[in-house]
Amino acid sequence: MKPARFDYLQATSVTEAVGALAAAEGEAKILAGGQSLVPLMALRMGRPSLVVDVNRIPGLGGMAIADGVVRIGALTRHSALSEQRAHPLLAEAARWIGHQAIRSRGTVGGSIAHADPSAELPVVATALDAVALVANPAGRRRIPAADLFAGPFETTLGHDEMIIALDFPVPRRWGFAELSRRHGDFGLVTVAAAEIDGRVRIAVGGVGGVPYRAVDAEARLADVELTPAAFDEAARLTASGIDPADDLHATAAYRRAMTAEHTRRALLRLRERPEGVPA
Amino acid sequence: MKVGFTVNGEAVSMEVEPRTTLADALREGLGLTGTHLGCEQGVCGACTILLDGRPIRACLMFAVQASGCSVTTVEGMAAEDGTLHPLQRAFCDQHGLQCGFCTPGMLMSALHLLHRETSPTRRRIREELSGNICRCTGYASIVDAVQAAAEEMAAGMDDAAPTEVTGGTT
Repeated sequence: MKPARFDYLQATSVTEAVGALAAAEGEAKILAGGQSLVPLMALRMGRPSLVVDVNRIPGLGGMAIADGVVRIGALTRHSALSEQRAHPLLAEAARWIGHQAIRSRGTVGGSIAHADPSAELPVVATALDAVALVANPAGRRRIPAADLFAGPFETTLGHDEMIIALDFPVPRRWGFAELSRRHGDFGLVTVAAAEIDGRVRIAVGGVGGVPYRAVDAEARLADVELTPAAFDEAARLTASGIDPADDLHATAAYRRAMTAEHTRRALLRLRERPEGVPA
Repeated sequence: MKVGFTVNGEAVSMEVEPRTTLADALREGLGLTGTHLGCEQGVCGACTILLDGRPIRACLMFAVQASGCSVTTVEGMAAEDGTLHPLQRAFCDQHGLQCGFCTPGMLMSALHLLHRETSPTRRRIREELSGNICRCTGYASIVDAVQAAAEEMAAGMDDAAPTEVTGGTT
């Protein structure tokens, strides 16, 4: 349970970090919070020859709000995310991530880049159409959440790219519901519902390789009164749109049933929650 | 690589490989074996320490990353003269441990909680200790201990001078 040997670079700038990633030609890994990378290295499932530690790069933390969008620095810890008030949906989602000691170290950028299909933040990013700000040796680019998650633990980020911040639109109303066996576990089913520009968006995690955007259910809720009956219908449409697998945690049928129920709960919470008030 | 940080208020400096975890550096480099290693993959919580006042898994951080940081381990809880911290005493009094393997991590998580909240509910205590696994006690006595320590520490804050408290305070 000890990692294999690696070279270590404590990067002092984004330019230095992406330069080192490029030079390593895919053999390097970025070390942010380390809460997923270090266990994988301890288990020898990951053996990067170079570890680029980005924790000391100035300017990668912090948050700024402008035009209804909160920009969150990639190095922002889950603990800070759970304690901020600018984006209540993200604060609620962050409280569901792991345990206190995990939240002390784990970062927003790391969670998004790791793309665990059961993680909370990719679900919220998908529901909100968040945008990742990405640096590479040639410059910067923006990747919308819909184009970022490519499969389980897979993104469209190049080997020489790193996320430096994420733009999360602030919903007018929102609801979040997660089912996990024990407090702090990854969710069997995670649902985020958010109303932006008068339209309800729904994303579900834990039920496929990437977060599922429930477009049929969203269409059902467009331009109608948000009643419990409409929510039941949207929940049914959401559950019928997913294709979950059996695994040791739950059967596909159970995940489908829980997707319907937790979609319903997230939507009811969205309706009950007065504007801008945290859970 | 050379790395320097403070442990329980004392400045230390040591030579480590990049792959040396902070937990191994504390245990093998500094002889502070109070920090226990159970799973070495971030699941069990036995190696929980405080880094700049926040709980972290010492097995999920490399020692080189701790440069300039302030580390608190279970060895830093008792007073200079060996007087146990109220939490440590409460764990003894309330039978909050059996084999003791998970105890250092439990104490660190509980210490962080009591630094922030003076009278946490049992539910809050359970939430905050959810990342620490105990295979002996069934947790009820651990929650009792944290609650008893919280009451004792809150009572101590109310008094002008610290008071000697013996036995369980529930």
